Amino acid sequence: MDILDTFFNVPVLIRTYPLLLWGLWVTIQIGVVSIVAGLVLGLFLALARLYAHPFVRGMARVYIDVLRSIPILVLLIVIYYALPFLGLRLSPFMSAVAALSLVSAAYTAEIFRAGIEAIPLGQFEASRALGLSPRHLMVDVVLPQAIRIVIPPLTNNCINVMKDTALASVVAMPDLLKQATQAQALTANPSPLIGAALIYIALLWPLVGMVSRLERRFAQADR
Amino acid sequence: MAPSFIHIRDLRKRYGSYTALHGIDLDIAEGEVVCVIGPSGSGKSTLIRCINLLEEFEPGSTVILDGTPVKRGRALEKVRAEVGMVFQSFNLFPHLTVLRNVMLAPMRVRGLDARQAEGRARELLARVGIEGQADKYPGKLSGGQQQRVAIARALAMEPKVMLFDEPTSALDPEMVGEVLDVMRLLARSGVTMVVVTHEMGFARQVADRVIFMDGGRVVEEGTPSQIFDAAREERTRNFLGAVLNH
Ligand SMILES: Nc1ncnc2c1ncn2[C@@H]1O[C@H](COP(=O)(O)OP(=O)(O)OP(=O)(O)O)[C@@H](O)[C@H]1O
Ligand SMILES: [Mg+2]
Repeated sequence: MDILDTFFNVPVLIRTYPLLLWGLWVTIQIGVVSIVAGLVLGLFLALARLYAHPFVRGMARVYIDVLRSIPILVLLIVIYYALPFLGLRLSPFMSAVAALSLVSAAYTAEIFRAGIEAIPLGQFEASRALGLSPRHLMVDVVLPQAIRIVIPPLTNNCINVMKDTALASVVAMPDLLKQATQAQALTANPSPLIGAALIYIALLWPLVGMVSRLERRFAQADR
Repeated sequence: MAPSFIHIRDLRKRYGSYTALHGIDLDIAEGEVVCVIGPSGSGKSTLIRCINLLEEFEPGSTVILDGTPVKRGRALEKVRAEVGMVFQSFNLFPHLTVLRNVMLAPMRVRGLDARQAEGRARELLARVGIEGQADKYPGKLSGGQQQRVAIARALAMEPKVMLFDEPTSALDPEMVGEVLDVMRLLARSGVTMVVVTHEMGFARQVADRVIFMDGGRVVEEGTPSQIFDAAREERTRNFLGAVLNH
């Protein structure tokens, strides 16, 4: 009884769920914008890493390695607290999106690169021999085949980005975690935190299940 | 004198310190069917892959196709569009139907609309005898059928020359005939062809000229009967003795 009152206090949950839902909406906004931006930037990074002028290729590689080495929380704090010294002041939302998508782009780029490199050389040669331009080679031949390979790891990356949105609470972004901690302070009861945890799980569990299903399906299709 | 239809002078190709082609001179006339034979590693594939610049050759070498130099740069895709190529491993696009495989390049490179491209594709699929498979994916076809699709795909660009790199080597024996039949038909209809092959029967019957390569050089060339019945070079005779008697 005591434990239920402390961690799963129904009146407290009823009182605070509008706050949590509002936080969920903010979390989804940060996550979706970061995922989309990361995908686009990541695709260009992958192409640069593979096909650009050697200097640009080197830069892309440095970017990818550095951004995979830095903790997102550190990057976020640098963006939010340090960049203003350079005159660049981003809102909490923009700071969170910037940190998440810059890092996500680095991981996405590696996923795309692996996907493109998995396409047999013969596909490139057949396309070139037909006179397809590099753009059509990518858009009509390579990427449609690579997409099947990259969907499971990309979905995994989306899950990670959604989880990392919780870091936005440190720059005062009213996301799900922030709302939950505030609700906890307000009601002097930790139930909102449990509520938030359950909402995260409800949001991401289907995606996790989807990755497993996709991986199994593509593994079968390969045979 | 105007250069020949395909004009190759001093074609050299190195891989690092290894020289795959030691200065090949070759002239091919419009409508001619040339078969290239020779032992493994002699540079046959490298030679034909230089004609559409899938391999980059050394500076100073010349390849001219119907008056247009084959070289890197803006015109490269234009030149490649004029050269059809059929690979040993087919290299069809597995995510597109047979019909779409044949339609893709005419639409993207030649700017045909879908209706025109489909008409041309169906015509060509009929010509290679697989009009019934148009809506299947390549993975569902036999090797022989896939290779015939690959031939139709190359022909759809109305190329000036068709290059074949051992088009039947990856096929089960019972499917070799159907692909060679299609190639025979093409040869008769006046398509300029350069064929790397181990099918000596085909070379003897279809080629206007046979080229024997060894060690990155053209050792000997001539009509099929000059090569197969009366080779002058010892190396040619040894090679033919080995492949014909096994
Ligand atoms: N990408 C490459 N890198 C290094 N060496 C290569 C490369 N491609 C070909 N070679 C070498 O160049 C030589 C000629 O190769 P090529 O593929 O033209 O021979 P081929 O006559 O077509 O032989 P096969 O009958 O086995 O197909 C070979 O010794 C081969 O090892
Ligand atoms: Mg070869």
